[in-house]
Amino acid sequence: MIVLKWLFLTISPCDAAEPWQLGSQDAATPIMQGIIDLHHDIFFFLILILVFVLWILVRALWHFHYKENAIPQRIVHGTTIEILRTIFPSLISMFIAIPSFALLYSMDEVVVDPAITIKAIGHQWYWTYEYSDYNSSDEQSLTFDSYMIPEEDLELGQSRLLEVDNRVVIPAKTHLRIIVTSADVPHSWAVPSSGVKCDAVPGRLNQISILVQREGVYYGQCSEICGTNHAFTPIVVEAVPRKDYGSRVSNQLIPQTGEA
Amino acid sequence: MEDEIDLKTAPADFRFPTTNQTRHCFTRYIEFHRCTTAKGEDSVDCERFAKYYRALCPGEWVDKWNEQRETGTFPGPL
Repeated sequence: MIVLKWLFLTISPCDAAEPWQLGSQDAATPIMQGIIDLHHDIFFFLILILVFVLWILVRALWHFHYKENAIPQRIVHGTTIEILRTIFPSLISMFIAIPSFALLYSMDEVVVDPAITIKAIGHQWYWTYEYSDYNSSDEQSLTFDSYMIPEEDLELGQSRLLEVDNRVVIPAKTHLRIIVTSADVPHSWAVPSSGVKCDAVPGRLNQISILVQREGVYYGQCSEICGTNHAFTPIVVEAVPRKDYGSRVSNQLIPQTGEA
Repeated sequence: MEDEIDLKTAPADFRFPTTNQTRHCFTRYIEFHRCTTAKGEDSVDCERFAKYYRALCPGEWVDKWNEQRETGTFPGPL
């Protein structure tokens, strides 16, 4: 049983927080992939600098121990070393800045008009999602609340503090616009595997554009302190094949319009 | 199963290139109402603006603005 569980973990992507997780969740959008790649670029320089600094530190402590070397040095200037230790960090900073700015500006570029707009409205302590592209009047056609499933109602295999009753269904491989706001206090809509974290501010509409590249279920949690149940306000995004999106949404539409 | 729903929404507006789209939603709402004032309540041309503001603006905001328009307290250049 345990062996089978490990097999499952090796073949399924990490789209939710794992116990003792060290690295990022697997990327589901180009933005997240860019963030992970930038992290790898920076980490390379980080290791270079770390090893260099540690080596110098250990070497200095070893060779200039007061027992081994009783007379302290009195060097105060060294033009060559001063030039080098200015130029090299500037170069390293530049090598880090180039991919960083490239990613930052590409995140803001809207290449293609989005196909769908979904509104995520934060409340204390749940999310409301509105899909209003198909409204023929001001009456909301598809809007639903998304509450965390309490621990006592979880089924075997579900994640504690992460599962919700109604997930946000989106079509994969489609440009989406997500408008994030709040109805009461600030919240934050975050889905790590999609590289999304967007503050939900009352009275303000924040827009994020994403393109989820693979089907799957992606988990996130509210990321701005919003009261006692801030830790119990998760987000679950389910990316379905584009051709199934229509039927999934209409299935949810029918119960709503029945009440409207 | 075919795509039963045509995937279309408010396009990206170059007047509002930043993350903050509050003004975008407000502007589309005002444009719709100016359009209906100019062309009549049931004009088909104005449906476009209606779709845009409904896509962008939360339902609560639209309801509040509709009430404000009815009471004459809407704070916008209609």
